[in-house]
Order: sequence, then structure tokens, then C-alpha cells
Amino acid sequence: MTLTQQIITIGLCVLGTMATRFLPFLVFSDKKPTPKFILYLGKALPSAIFGMLVIYCLKNVTITGGSHGLPELIAISVTVGLHLWRRQMLLSIAGGTVCYMLLLQLGFSGL
Amino acid sequence: MRRKAFQAAFPHTIPIFAGFWFLGLAYGIYMNVSGFSFWYPMVMSLIIFGGSLEFVAVSMLLAPFAPAQTLAMTLIIQARHIFYGISMLDRFRGLDWKKYYLIFGMCDETFSINYTARIPEDVDKGWFMLFVTLLNHFYWFSGATIGGLVGSLLHFDTSGLDFVMTAMFVVIFLEQWLKEKKHYTAIIGLAGALLCRLAFGPDDFMIPTMVCILAGLTLFRKPIERAGGLV
Repeated sequence: MTLTQQIITIGLCVLGTMATRFLPFLVFSDKKPTPKFILYLGKALPSAIFGMLVIYCLKNVTITGGSHGLPELIAISVTVGLHLWRRQMLLSIAGGTVCYMLLLQLGFSGL
Repeated sequence: MRRKAFQAAFPHTIPIFAGFWFLGLAYGIYMNVSGFSFWYPMVMSLIIFGGSLEFVAVSMLLAPFAPAQTLAMTLIIQARHIFYGISMLDRFRGLDWKKYYLIFGMCDETFSINYTARIPEDVDKGWFMLFVTLLNHFYWFSGATIGGLVGSLLHFDTSGLDFVMTAMFVVIFLEQWLKEKKHYTAIIGLAGALLCRLAFGPDDFMIPTMVCILAGLTLFRKPIERAGGLV
């Protein structure tokens, strides 16, 4: 690939990304009232999105092979447990991550 | 006003700092060992600012030139951002020039923080969201650049550190769950994504997931609205 072709490739990545980020704002401008259905989606989507993003982070976990998703399951339980107990976002995230790293580097390294 | 917003925003970005530095370093190293100079991760992290796409872009740059395929791939990988825009239509309304940067920098993590953070009454919302976006952008940019520069010299065991992003989304999901009265939409998102992941595999399940979510929310609009408590 020549330098020009590389610049075009990177430019297209930027263009595609910005298209998806700006699209809703271009279609539904401040000047016209937003359709009721879109307002409903705006409110109903986020919870669904966060569920989707959790799965997205875990997309490469395989239940049938490797460590069977056990380190992930344990670390998520620790994260949720810590969060329900203290409700301190940073503590829950740090605790879950340290737990996962320990599991991976010590316990499950052989798998 | 700006200082206060910065002080309120910074703590929310600490987990992202850890995650983005780790992933950014990994991305810079990956570009480095793929034979690209540090200019590539530096510029790409600055102007694309979308982690998963940037990893894929490395293989696009190594493959023969295919502009149409590049654009199509980009749109497929990034399509979920359309949902973030729809959710933020109302909150970005009336913001001045900041709005354009907020939309430009709305990656998964930035959207999640800006949507869920409880911004104190006396803190300017526009500046708060601007600093969250700017800090995250800076973490990713600096991580990728450093990775590209000195990546191959680093030797310490960080395996598993990427879980910080998973843990963050789990906590954000949980916070949202605890806030709402009914969990219809959370369940639609979680179950839809899980079923699509099982049916379509790890690389092709996001578009089907988005279709499932839209279909679910459209189909169950009445009960969801009747239940109320959408936050």
C-alpha cells in the first residue's frame, strides 16, 4: 500500500466512525421536534446498551474450552458483590480486575 | 466553573485511565511490531478514537488497498454509536461548540460515563462531559503513542488488566439496574446480545444484536412505557 492509499484507508475509518456518531444529531436537529418514538428509544436504549456492552467485552470467552469462562465468572461475581456491599465504583472495578489478574496469572495460567 | 467541572469529572475517568493506557499501549505495540512507525498509532488514536476499529485498521493497512471494504467494515464495527447518539440527543441539546467535540469523542466508555454519572447540581454539565471526553481521549492517545515508541522495550506481566473495561461496564450496568424499577430493556439488551453471540460467533454478532434490541424495544414499547421508571 502506498502512503496515499494508507491515508485514504485511515480517512475512511475516520469518516465511517464520525458518520455513526453524528448521524442521529444530523437527522434530528434542535430546530424540529424529535419524533416520540425516537425520544422513547433515547430513554429505553441505554439499559439495553449497557447489557450489550457487557456481552461485547466477554465475546471471546468460550464456555466449552479453555478455562470455561470461570475466571470471568468469578471476577464478575466479585465485582458485583463488592459493588452491592460498598457501592464504590472505583473499589468494585479495581477489586474485580485485581481478582481477574490473580486468577489468570496464578490459578488459571496452565489452562 | 471549569476547574470545578474538571475536579468532578476526573475521578470518573480513573478506571478508563487504567484501561485505555493498557489497551492503548497494547495497540501501539501491535502497530510497532507490525512494522509501523509511532506516527501511525499517534495520529490514528487522535483522529479515529475508537479502540476496536483501530486494531482492525492495522490489518486493513497491511492488506491490499480496498476502500469500499474498509468503509463497509468501519460502518459495521461502529454502528452501535448510532444508539449512543439517540440516547444523548436530549442531553447535548443547547450545548454550544462543546457539542461537536462531545459527539466526535463519544466512544463506548465516554458515552457510558457521560450518560450515567450523577453530575452535582452546581457543576456545569457541558464542561463536565467535555472533560470526561477530553481526559479519555488523552489517555488513549498517550497510551497508543507511548506503545508505538517504546512498546517493544516493556516487560512486565499485565495479563488480565484489560478486564478493567469489563468490570467497568458490569458496574455501570449494575448501577443502571439498581436505578430502574423494571428491567425489561436491560434484559432485552443482555439476552439479545447473548443469544446473538451464541448464534453468530464473536466477530459478527453486533449488528444482529442491534436489530434484536430495536425489535424488542419496538415490540414491547407499550408495556415498557406503562411500567415507567425509565431513567
